Amino acid sequence: MAAGILDRVAEALAPDATSAGVAHGILVLTLPPEALLPVVRRLKSELGFDLFLDVTAVDWMPQAPRFEVVWHFYSTQHHVRVRLKTRVPEADPVVDSLLPLYGAASFMERECHDMYGIGFRGNADLRPVLLYEGFVGHPLRKDYPKEQEQPLVPYRS
Amino acid sequence: METRLPNTVRPAFDAHERDDTVIVNIGPSHPATHGTVQIIAELDGERVLRTDIHPGYLHRGFEKECESHTWHNLIPYVDRLNYVSALINDFAYCEAVEKLMGIEITPRCRYLRTLLSEYSRLVDHLTCVAAGLMELGAMTAFLYLVMIRDFMYEHLAALTGARVTYTYGRIGGVARDLPDGWLTRLKEILTQYEDFVGRVHGLVDRNRIFIDRMRDVGTITTAVALDYGYTGPILRSTGAPRDLRKDTPYLAYAELDFDVPVGIKGDNYDRYFVRMREMDESVYMMRQLMDMLPAGPINVDDRRCVLPEKDLVYTEIESLINHFKVIMDGPKVPAGEVYSAHESPNGELGFYLVSTGEGVPWKVHVRAPSFVHMGGAHKMLDGFQLADIVPTFGSINMIGGECDR
Repeated sequence: MAAGILDRVAEALAPDATSAGVAHGILVLTLPPEALLPVVRRLKSELGFDLFLDVTAVDWMPQAPRFEVVWHFYSTQHHVRVRLKTRVPEADPVVDSLLPLYGAASFMERECHDMYGIGFRGNADLRPVLLYEGFVGHPLRKDYPKEQEQPLVPYRS
Repeated sequence: METRLPNTVRPAFDAHERDDTVIVNIGPSHPATHGTVQIIAELDGERVLRTDIHPGYLHRGFEKECESHTWHNLIPYVDRLNYVSALINDFAYCEAVEKLMGIEITPRCRYLRTLLSEYSRLVDHLTCVAAGLMELGAMTAFLYLVMIRDFMYEHLAALTGARVTYTYGRIGGVARDLPDGWLTRLKEILTQYEDFVGRVHGLVDRNRIFIDRMRDVGTITTAVALDYGYTGPILRSTGAPRDLRKDTPYLAYAELDFDVPVGIKGDNYDRYFVRMREMDESVYMMRQLMDMLPAGPINVDDRRCVLPEKDLVYTEIESLINHFKVIMDGPKVPAGEVYSAHESPNGELGFYLVSTGEGVPWKVHVRAPSFVHMGGAHKMLDGFQLADIVPTFGSINMIGGECDR
């Protein structure tokens, strides 16, 4: 059953994607960055993917474009998952925010911004969520050394 | 009027919405809340107008640390995500790695993992309900539940050697088989559990004070819960029967008979009751699993990840080299990426792993339910009383270990 639904989703979204395939039971679509918002809008309104699970990034340094941003969605109706991936360059690591579609995007995009410095166009609140104001750098980037020390932040009273 | 916050760390709002309100800072270390989290709230009298929630005080670079250790080394780390139900983290992580390696675990291991997952869920829900009740002053109910939980901790220690963080999962199996008499003692504990949970039901379910504090407090609708990515007991308390154990069965759940309890209006009382009912279902499943548990090996026979027998390591060179390579280089996981999710006591616990074919992961990302729940927690706090923050926050069951990673 699940395979039939994934085929339907893949067929519906294939024109926007540069590649599509099923891996470990999840439909994986690779998109150009500008196709993200229209594809997610269709996923949510037409195809029933009502749960936004996760957004994160993968740092493929030294490849270019360097960052791969990865989203996961789940359909509570069909019980299947979809993964969207897009590549953004180091010079301009910005993708569209999903905040207009899912409230859950707020915290998860803040975390991704913390960790990788990915910008989310349309999300005005990208304050640090797991890190703190004054943290220098993005710790999950591959060029951030694990032992790096941070400057002391001024005492707040 | 002074408009600056007493604590200026990352405020979402530093101006008052109206000129007769007060902005207060709660936490990050507050005796009445469990979990290290800071809440900045704007109050109109005792009513909460809006809140801004700041997790991250337990951030310890889990995902960064994972990138410099072997796949095998990560097992103790994932234990410390949701440290109240460490076994579920273990098994969810191991299953994700096994998917990448194309390993199918043995039948005995599959049933054993299912049994222990349910045991862990029971412990987690007991802790959550007990702590929530204690915060409302129900000390007797707390002690009843925590006493049972301690029997379970000791019982799990007899199997794994540790009370809380077990490090019991292994890629391709589990650390060791059940000791003699372990299942007999489990049956005794489950009987005692039923006795004491029955008493807790009698103490609080129809207690006027409890109902007044819990009913219609911290309400959330199914639509809002889905919008904010909620899963697990909080989503189910709104009436949506969404449970990964039923919807996308993994381990041995497809062969078990169980119900998915749901609430009616998504308030604190429903979250309490959904957890209590889920514990009963877990016990029901564990009793089925005890009868189903087959004999046989607990580990797959796969030299890529499973350590050879100790006596062979000491007597033959091939096993010694095998042991050395698995420990020093780590299991070689084929290149690829996988997202694997288990129904943890708090909701969907997903592991997104990226491998480049090395013994060390390229990336490990945890979809932690507690973190996602913090993103929408203001929806359950705003509009209610200041004192309601304590029971509502307790019923969300935020676990700092997995929220902040």
